[in-house]
Amino acid sequence: MTETTVPAAVADTFTVAGKTFSSRLLVGTGKYKDFEETARAIEVSGAEIVTVAVRRVNVSDPSQPMLVDYVSPKKYTYLPNTAGCFTADDAVRTLRLAREAGGWDLVKLEVLGDQKTLYPNMPETLKAAEALIRDGFKVMVYCSDDPIQAKMLEDMGCVAIMPLGSLIGSGHGVLNPVTIRLIKEQSSVPVLVDAGLGAASDAAVAMELGCDGVLMNTAIAGAKDPIAMARAMKLAVEAGRLSYLAGRMPKKMYADPSSPLAGLI
Amino acid sequence: MQLTVNGEPRTCDDGQTVEGLLTSIGLDPRKVAVERNREIVPKSTFATTVLAAGDVIEIVHFIGGG
Repeated sequence: MTETTVPAAVADTFTVAGKTFSSRLLVGTGKYKDFEETARAIEVSGAEIVTVAVRRVNVSDPSQPMLVDYVSPKKYTYLPNTAGCFTADDAVRTLRLAREAGGWDLVKLEVLGDQKTLYPNMPETLKAAEALIRDGFKVMVYCSDDPIQAKMLEDMGCVAIMPLGSLIGSGHGVLNPVTIRLIKEQSSVPVLVDAGLGAASDAAVAMELGCDGVLMNTAIAGAKDPIAMARAMKLAVEAGRLSYLAGRMPKKMYADPSSPLAGLI
Repeated sequence: MQLTVNGEPRTCDDGQTVEGLLTSIGLDPRKVAVERNREIVPKSTFATTVLAAGDVIEIVHFIGGG
C-alpha cells in the first residue's frame, strides 16, 4: 500500500484476520425501527462487516421475522458480539453458540463492567480473550483506551483492538484522542474505535488519528434520519481516512498568509 | 417427557431428537444454534441427538445488536 499518494486511497483496503475489506466502517444492526430500516441503513453505509447479537429464539412465536432474512450473511460478514455479557464465562458460552449458529470464528468480544456505563471489564475481557483464542476464535476485542492492556490483548493474539471512544451509546465522540493514538502507534493489528461516536465529525476524528476503522450502531440508528446518517458516516470515514493519508499541515501559533506578500501595491 | 426450552417448561414425546424439537416448534434448524445442558449440539448431530427427560435446552439465533 502506498500511503503517500492520494489515488492509492481509492483502493485503500483494510485486512483483519486475513480477510480484506474495502469499507472501514463497521456497523451494528440494533436499535432500528424495523428490519427494513436496518437493511437500508447498512446498505447506504457501505459497511461490509455488521455486528449481531446472540439471543434466545422466541419459541412461542417462531414465525417472527429474523435478521438473517433481511441482512444476508452471504452478503455481509456477520460479527457476532457478546453484548450484555458481564463475565468471561458468559461471553465464551455466547460465542461458542454463535459459531455453531453461523459457522465462522471471527467474533467481537465485549465483557461489560456495569449497566450504567457499559465500560469494559478488562480482567474478564483478558480472561475471555485467552479462552476464545485457545478455542480457535479470531477475536476483535472491545476494550478500554488503556495502551498497556491493549498491548496485552494484542500479545495474546487478538486480531483487532477496539478501544471505546466514549461510553457505548453516549454519542460523546473520541474523548481521549491521545490514548487512541498511542494504541494505534504501538499496534501491529488493526485498531478500530468502537463505541461512543455520535456525529460524522467524530468518525472523521477517529480516522484522522490513523485508526484502521470505526464501529458504530447508535450514531446511525439513533439519528433522526438513520439512512441519511449512514451516508454521512460513510463519507466521514472516507474523508477522515484520506485526510490522515494526505498528512495534515502542522498547527502554528500565528497566522501565515495564503496570498504572497511580494508585489503588494 | 418434560424439558426446559429457553427457560420455559415444555412437553415432548419420548425419543424426540433436537431436529424434531426444532421442527415441532416451527424453527428452521439452519438458522439457530442449540445448547443442551450447557453443551453445544453441533448442527450435524441435530437429527441424531435424542433428548432426555429434564434436559435444559437453549435455542438461540442472531438478532440486531451493536
